[in-house]
Amino acid sequence: MSNAAANVRVPIATHTAAVDAGEMTEKISIRNLDFYYGDNRALKNINVSLYRNRVTAFIGPSGCGKSTLLRILNRMYDLYPGQRAVGDVKFDGEDILGPSQDINLLRARIGMVFQKPTPFPMTIYENIAFGVRLYDQLSKSELDGRVEHALRRAALWDEVKDKLGASGLSLSGGQQQRLCIARTVAVRPEVILLDEPCSALDPISTAKIEELIDELKNDYTLVIVTHNMQQAARVSDFTAFMYLGELIEFGETSRMFTSPNDQRTQDYITGRFG
Amino acid sequence: MPDHTAKAFDSDLLDLARMVAEMGGLAEKQIADSVDALVKRDTALAQRVTALDATIDALQSGIEEKAILTIARRQPMAVDLREIVGALRLAADLERIGDLAKNIGKRVIALNSEFPPPKLIRGVEHMAHLVLSQLKSVLDAYARRDINKAMAVWRGDEEIDAVCTSVFRELLTYMMEDPRNITFCIHLMFCAKNIERMGDHATNIAETVHYMIEGRQIADQRPKGDTTSFAALRSAADG
Repeated sequence: MSNAAANVRVPIATHTAAVDAGEMTEKISIRNLDFYYGDNRALKNINVSLYRNRVTAFIGPSGCGKSTLLRILNRMYDLYPGQRAVGDVKFDGEDILGPSQDINLLRARIGMVFQKPTPFPMTIYENIAFGVRLYDQLSKSELDGRVEHALRRAALWDEVKDKLGASGLSLSGGQQQRLCIARTVAVRPEVILLDEPCSALDPISTAKIEELIDELKNDYTLVIVTHNMQQAARVSDFTAFMYLGELIEFGETSRMFTSPNDQRTQDYITGRFG
Repeated sequence: MPDHTAKAFDSDLLDLARMVAEMGGLAEKQIADSVDALVKRDTALAQRVTALDATIDALQSGIEEKAILTIARRQPMAVDLREIVGALRLAADLERIGDLAKNIGKRVIALNSEFPPPKLIRGVEHMAHLVLSQLKSVLDAYARRDINKAMAVWRGDEEIDAVCTSVFRELLTYMMEDPRNITFCIHLMFCAKNIERMGDHATNIAETVHYMIEGRQIADQRPKGDTTSFAALRSAADG
């Protein structure tokens, strides 16, 4: 779908009314994007826009390229030889794929949370302060404030405020994931990429993360990859369905899950695939 | 459409559609029988009609239960969700149609021996035939997912409304001729209005079928011919 992004109407705000449905700015623009793992073309001519203060969900069967797409947005693929992206990815109008891009800065501006919680083997406090120190020279009290703020944003503060010196690994899975989100938030990114953030969590932790996503979109642009269709329907404003490396359909979540246009989208979300 | 990966989901949806079809068949029968009872002055048949309404009500409860359980169990999306919501709406409309038929049955029983002249009943009978064919078509459209047929029903309600208006006029004239006619004329008026309402439910069902297939509401304006509320005023003014 080459002009998928152009057909978008302003969505009806379904959850937080705080986000004005009238104003939509393109935060990341992806045009004619191809991606290769060696000779294997994993993404084929992707065109999609990610909007500021909106949650965009990517859904699709395993191997459809949705995680690959996420990994392009903060140049994660650079870590691996033989992987390359061809096309045009603009972040606030600035080319992400270009050689002049400062990758460390890019990854601070576009944070990422992974499928499995990945706390560092250090204290809860240090898990958050570590990243902050890389980018900012803060006094002890400023740093304390930043850590507390990040933990509050991740709805974890009340649970850990009395044990900031304990190991991050001592937390439960759901808490660890929120710690990772706090770590991401602490460096004040503009975009947060979430790659299956709840797949290893129980329903209550999942609900907390979803509540958090709703909260965070007031300040950030969020992109979530999820296998859980109901989750995509619950948390996102826009949904993109991918299949075999192609973007099949992109639209408002409210429409995508009630009356999708493409038969393949319909078959996938209703559980009729293959 | 291909089957669901979870086969039990397919059978849940099939069950629901089957229950709706069964309910639709019963509603058709109730309309036909209630008007038959009126035409043939058959109070025994009218009694059977009023008794059978409980079966329709029970079917509606059954559909609701099944639909709610399926939503809870499968978290349906897109066309599946629309099918289930459609079944719920159809059941509600069919239940109302059943109630209206039951009400005609009750009026036949109330009329007892005092029966209006056949000429007056003919208009009501004609309306009932029109409604029956509308309901049959729209249930067909539901079973076959036939959007054109549903739209034809949606547009076809006008004629019923027009006949209803003319029946109203006729009955008003009759009542003005002789106050002794008032009782059965009022009963007949309600019967006519009941049938007109059944027609409205048939168009509701057509709208639901459209939504189930297309995933959006009908954008058009529906032609309307029900001017009964003005007929009364006009005739009174004429007299």
